[in-house]
Amino acid sequence: MKIHEYQAKTLLTKYGIPVPKGNVAFSVEGAAQVSREIGPPPYIIKAQIHAGGRGKGGGVKKAQGINEVEKVSKAILGMTLLTHQTGPEGKKVRKVLVEEGLEIDKEFYISIIIDRAKACPVIMVSPAGGMDIEEVAEKTPHLIKREWIDPEVGFQPFQGRNLIYSLPLSAPMIKPGLTILNQSYKLFENYDCSLLEINPLVATKDGRLVALDAKITFDDNALFRHKELHELLDPDEQDPLELEANRHNLNYIRLNGNIGVMVNGAGLAMATMDIIKLYGGEPANFLDVGGGANAETIARGFQIILSDDRVQAILINTFGGILRCDVLAEGLIEAAHKVNIKVPLIIRLEGTNVEKGREMLSQSGLDFLVAQTMGEAAQKISQLVMKT
Amino acid sequence: MSILVGKDSRILVHGITGREGSFHTQQMLSYGTNVVAGMTPGKAGQTVEGVPVYHTVQDAVREQQANCSIIFVPPASAADSIMEAAAAGIEVIVCITEGIPTLDMVRVKHYLKDKSSVLIGPNCPGIISPGTCKVGIMPGYIFQPGSVGVISRSGTLTYEVVDQISKLGLGQSTCIGIGGDPIIGLSFIDLLSYFAQDEQTQGVVLIGEIGGTAEEEAARFIQGHFSKPVVTFIAGQTAPPGRRMGHAGAIISGKSGTAQEKMASLQAAGIRVVMDLTKVGEAVAEVMKN
Repeated sequence: MKIHEYQAKTLLTKYGIPVPKGNVAFSVEGAAQVSREIGPPPYIIKAQIHAGGRGKGGGVKKAQGINEVEKVSKAILGMTLLTHQTGPEGKKVRKVLVEEGLEIDKEFYISIIIDRAKACPVIMVSPAGGMDIEEVAEKTPHLIKREWIDPEVGFQPFQGRNLIYSLPLSAPMIKPGLTILNQSYKLFENYDCSLLEINPLVATKDGRLVALDAKITFDDNALFRHKELHELLDPDEQDPLELEANRHNLNYIRLNGNIGVMVNGAGLAMATMDIIKLYGGEPANFLDVGGGANAETIARGFQIILSDDRVQAILINTFGGILRCDVLAEGLIEAAHKVNIKVPLIIRLEGTNVEKGREMLSQSGLDFLVAQTMGEAAQKISQLVMKT
Repeated sequence: MSILVGKDSRILVHGITGREGSFHTQQMLSYGTNVVAGMTPGKAGQTVEGVPVYHTVQDAVREQQANCSIIFVPPASAADSIMEAAAAGIEVIVCITEGIPTLDMVRVKHYLKDKSSVLIGPNCPGIISPGTCKVGIMPGYIFQPGSVGVISRSGTLTYEVVDQISKLGLGQSTCIGIGGDPIIGLSFIDLLSYFAQDEQTQGVVLIGEIGGTAEEEAARFIQGHFSKPVVTFIAGQTAPPGRRMGHAGAIISGKSGTAQEKMASLQAAGIRVVMDLTKVGEAVAEVMKN
């Protein structure tokens, strides 16, 4: 689960990590009010969306007075921000974070993630703050210092020193730096984060260490034990169809193509998208209805795919295992009767009792094509869509 | 011989009185698997499909000499269940549960370090040695005893490939679903080491997907230490970055964990990468002939 920068900064503040003075605003008047509360200029106005690269996309601006704050926030609020992380549709900006402008001396990088291969959290710091850390890792890997956390004893003081002394910090900033690392790790652990990133952490000219930008992502699997985080969820940031699918426990992700896809199993769903692309088509979505798909889940899947008006054809790819093909076919037929399907439908069925399943489909009187193999199904549907 | 599970496996089902646990107990029994005990705290004395239920793993091990666990308990208590099995000396622990918090798995992995148990999963379909023992939720009838070892991060994708292999008359020695989570028990490399020692296994299919670096590590291992033929398939070439594709572990973070990167590493190590899922069976037959 992703949250906004301003929400991440509220959590950092709760853990005693300094952030710039400021607040979130939902309107031009609100933004002006926040800047009055901050005090003298300059101010920074930052678009709040769940995507990085906001600065390059024109979503972060400086203002020298209240009038300029109004002008800038008027331009940013309501704009559709396009960054390398938003996808081609971009994201509509509905709120801005207004902050004091700081005089920056140096910029650093701090992050905590789970190292999958080592199966433990890893804390990383770098003097190359404010940059894309992947680029730093690729071009100047010696600029990243890492400490892996032993889950039994936790983050140790010596590890904090190893990290903090690797940064070009002045002596008075060592202690605040150690506190920031310790508190960040506590926050990461207490909230089951999957990512906590402060980039940049800045040293100001007046000698403070401040988290200028922050990103926090929580482990979806652990949300059940952090009920308080549910209120940080921003429905505006989620695709409405994805929200609807979530409510029915369906794994649905909206993509940019025009071929609706429904599959039982996540791996097979990905492989189905891949094979459609291999034959020149573009999937409109990822949809995993689960290994135990039945008539009800299939009908819901249909409804969600059909609510996407870009969908010009639907490919259903199911492997009947525990749930045999004849039962799956029955579910498909029942669901197709319930839902009014106006676009071409291709079904590929494989697994146990497949002959019986295919026979049931072809005798159902429903208007759909049955493909023998995944390759055939992908080829047929890609050709169909290209013709229309 | 197969690997990890076979005719000597004595299965204990954690959460046997639940819906999934009881259904799959019946499925495993009808496959011929030796399910000797079940456990659900508070339900000792009951039986499910004729299998006796115990309060604790300790009791099940003492009374029924269980040596292999399959876990169906909910995510919040699954980590505890894995550790309980390990503490009681269970040799092979299979965790089916999906949705375990990652930090719980960090602690589990640490706990298992000085134990002799091995963990398969979580968030996996389990393990099967066709014809002798099924410890999982996979449809038994698509598997055939044979010479191909299968290791996979995905369930239905495994069935798809197994079905192709069975239809070509090759069959499988053992098939393992290693799980779709970011932190799992046995890895591709661990299992390749088992297959290297197994005479029945003449070739291996490795099914990977986006996220993490397990496939890249497997590529390096195969190049240096594994001489049997290997065929691989990687799902998620068209997956967008930053999105969790069904499995918690199937996510491209920034530029790392892409299918393209994985396929390139495998190919660079001289390993056969199949692009079209429907051709995996044929590719296995081909490399095993040579």
